Amino acid sequence: MINIIVCVKQVPGSNNVKVDDKTGLLIRPKTGNKLNPYDLNALEVALSIKDQKEASVKVVTMGPPQAKEVLNECIWMGCDEGVLLSDRVFGGADVLATSYTISQGIKRFGSYDLILCGKQTTDGDTAQVGAEVAEHLGIPHLSNVMEIIEIDESNVTVKALQENLIITEKIQLPCLLCTDSDINTPRLPSYKRKKNMKEDLIKTLTFADYEDQNIYRYGLKGSPTQVQKVFPPERNHNSQVFNGNSNELAENLFSILSEKKFIREA
Amino acid sequence: MGLIVHKDKITPILGEKLQKLCPFGAISYDGKELSIGMGCKSCKLCVKNGEGAITFEEEKVNTIDKSQWNGVVVFCEHFKGKIHNITFELLGKAKELADVNGHKVMALMIGSGITAQSKELFCYGADEVYVYDDPGLENFLIEPYANVFEDFIRKIKPSSILVGATNIGRSLAPRVAARIETGLTADCTALEMTKDTDLVQIRPAFGGNIMARIMTPNHRPQFCTVRYKIFSKPERKEISGNPKVMEVTKPMLTSHAEILNIEEKPVDVDISEADIIVQVGRGVKSKADLDRIQEFAASLGATMACTRPLVENGWFDAKHQIGLSGRTVKPKLLVSIGVSGAVQTVAGMKGSDCIIAINNDPNAPIFGVSTYGFVGDWYEILPMLMKKIKKEA
Repeated sequence: MINIIVCVKQVPGSNNVKVDDKTGLLIRPKTGNKLNPYDLNALEVALSIKDQKEASVKVVTMGPPQAKEVLNECIWMGCDEGVLLSDRVFGGADVLATSYTISQGIKRFGSYDLILCGKQTTDGDTAQVGAEVAEHLGIPHLSNVMEIIEIDESNVTVKALQENLIITEKIQLPCLLCTDSDINTPRLPSYKRKKNMKEDLIKTLTFADYEDQNIYRYGLKGSPTQVQKVFPPERNHNSQVFNGNSNELAENLFSILSEKKFIREA
Repeated sequence: MGLIVHKDKITPILGEKLQKLCPFGAISYDGKELSIGMGCKSCKLCVKNGEGAITFEEEKVNTIDKSQWNGVVVFCEHFKGKIHNITFELLGKAKELADVNGHKVMALMIGSGITAQSKELFCYGADEVYVYDDPGLENFLIEPYANVFEDFIRKIKPSSILVGATNIGRSLAPRVAARIETGLTADCTALEMTKDTDLVQIRPAFGGNIMARIMTPNHRPQFCTVRYKIFSKPERKEISGNPKVMEVTKPMLTSHAEILNIEEKPVDVDISEADIIVQVGRGVKSKADLDRIQEFAASLGATMACTRPLVENGWFDAKHQIGLSGRTVKPKLLVSIGVSGAVQTVAGMKGSDCIIAINNDPNAPIFGVSTYGFVGDWYEILPMLMKKIKKEA
C-alpha cells in the first residue's frame, strides 16, 4: 500500500487586479475561485499510481473554509479523502509559515510515502512551498519531475528536468516530488462519482489540533517576509500607436517591417 | 498583535467599504460584525482607509543584531565548472547592493574539481570566493547541496543571498531558507539595499497586475531568487584571487537519492536565444488560427512564442512561454499578437529592441511597452499584411 498525499490550493479565478491610479487602492474583480491548474498534474500522477497499484490518495489544502470546494473537486476526480487546514492563526502566511503549517498538518495524518505538489500556484507564483514542506518534514524532494518511471513501497525512480539535462534519479520513500506542467494530461472530475458521493470525506484541522503550539511559527507571526506596499507596474516608453481601419493598419505595419528589413527575402 | 478591529467605530457604510476594499477578500461584514479572515496578507490597506476602525499593532519582535550578518552572496550556478551567465548578472547586482553599506561581494560555488574555475568569479566582481569542492558534490543532489549551503551560512553569516531562479536554484533556495528559518522572495525583478542592510525585494504579484515591495526586516540572511536576463552582466575585468576552500565532511554528503543517469535534453527551440519572435496570446481564439500566424512568423524567420494561458490550455509547450514563469527574451524584434501584456508577461520581454503589438483593446497594457502599437483586429490585419508581403516577395 502506497500512501500518497497531494498538496493543492484554491486560487482566485482571475488575477485581474488593478491599482487605481488616483487612490492607489487595489481593484479586485469579484470572480470566483478555482483549483490551482498546476495541481492537476500532481493529482494526475497520484491517481494514475492508484490506477495501477494499491495506493491511497489523500489531498490537503490550507485555506479559508471555502477552500473545501477544491478538496471536493479532487475527491470527485478520485482522491480518497481530503484535509482542510484552516484557522485564523494560519492567515497572512508567507512561504515559510505556509510550508510549516502544511508540514505540521501532514504530520498529524500518520504515515505517508509520497507527497506530490504542482509546479507552482497561479496566485502566489513562487514555486517554493513544495521544497520548504519537504525540508520541514526532513524528507528529500525533487522539482521539475517530468516522468515517474517506477514506484514501489520503498523507492521511486523519476526523470526530472535540470536546465538542459534530464536527470534520472532513484529516491527513497518517503519523499516529495514537484511535478512539471508537461508531465501528463490531467483527468476531469467524474460527475458519476460526484453524484454517488454520499458521505463527507473532508476533515478539517485547526490550530488546536496541531502538535506544535508555538504561534510564532504560523501565519503572519511566523512569516519573515513582509509586504511593505503594493503599487501599479511601471508604464513608460515612447510608443507610437496606430489607429484606423484594418487596411491602413496593415499598410503601416508593412512599411515598418520592410523599412527595418524584417521581411525575409523570398 | 496584527490587525485589531474597533467594533464601536464600524458603521454599516464603513463596514461595506472595507469589505470591498480588501484586495484579498479577507474582510467580511454582515451588517453588524466585521471580521478578518485568513486571506489577510497584512497589506494594511484597511488600516490606511479604515478611519481608525482598524489599527495595526506591531509585534514586539526579537530583533536580531544585523551587524553580525555581513556581505552579499551570489550562489554560483554552473555545470561541471562552466559558470552560467545568471551568476555573472547576479554578481553585478550584488556589487551595487554591497556598496551601499561597504559590504563584500561573496560567491559560493559547490561542485567537484571546480576550484580552478571558481577564480573566474573574481573577474565579475566577487571579493571573496568560497568553494565546496568534493567528488561527492559532482552532481546536484538536494540533500548534500543543502547541507553545504547551510554550513556556509552558519560559518560566514552573510546578510543577503542571491540565487538564480534556475531549476537548481528554485529547488535549493527554498530548501535552505526553510532550514535556516528565514524568508525567501521568488523571482525578484528589482533589488535595492537600505542603509540598514535590509534588502528591498520587488516582485510582481497577482500574475503581474501589481508589484509588491517585500522586505525581511527581522531575519538574516535575506534570501531571494532572480530569473536569468533580468539584470545585466557586468564587464569582465582581469582580477585574480584565491578561493577559500571549505571543508566538506562525510555527514554533509548523506543522500536518500542517487542519480542513475544524466542525459542531454534533446535540443529544441530556445526562444531566449531567438532574434525574431512572434508572440501570441489569448486574442487568438482557436488553435487552428495559429496556422495563419505561423505563416506570418515564417515570413519573418521568427520563432513562435506564447503567453501563459496558451500553455495552460495545451496549445504550446511550456518552453515557448514568455514571461516570469516562462522564458525571458531579448530579441531584435518581437511581434505580439493578441497579448494583453500583464506585467508577468512583459517582465520576460521588456528587453526586446523593438516590440510591435497588435491588440483590439486600446487600453491593453501591452501598448505601454510596445514600440509600435496597432489597435485593431489581427484577424483582419494579418491576412492583409500577408497579401502585401507575398506581393513584395
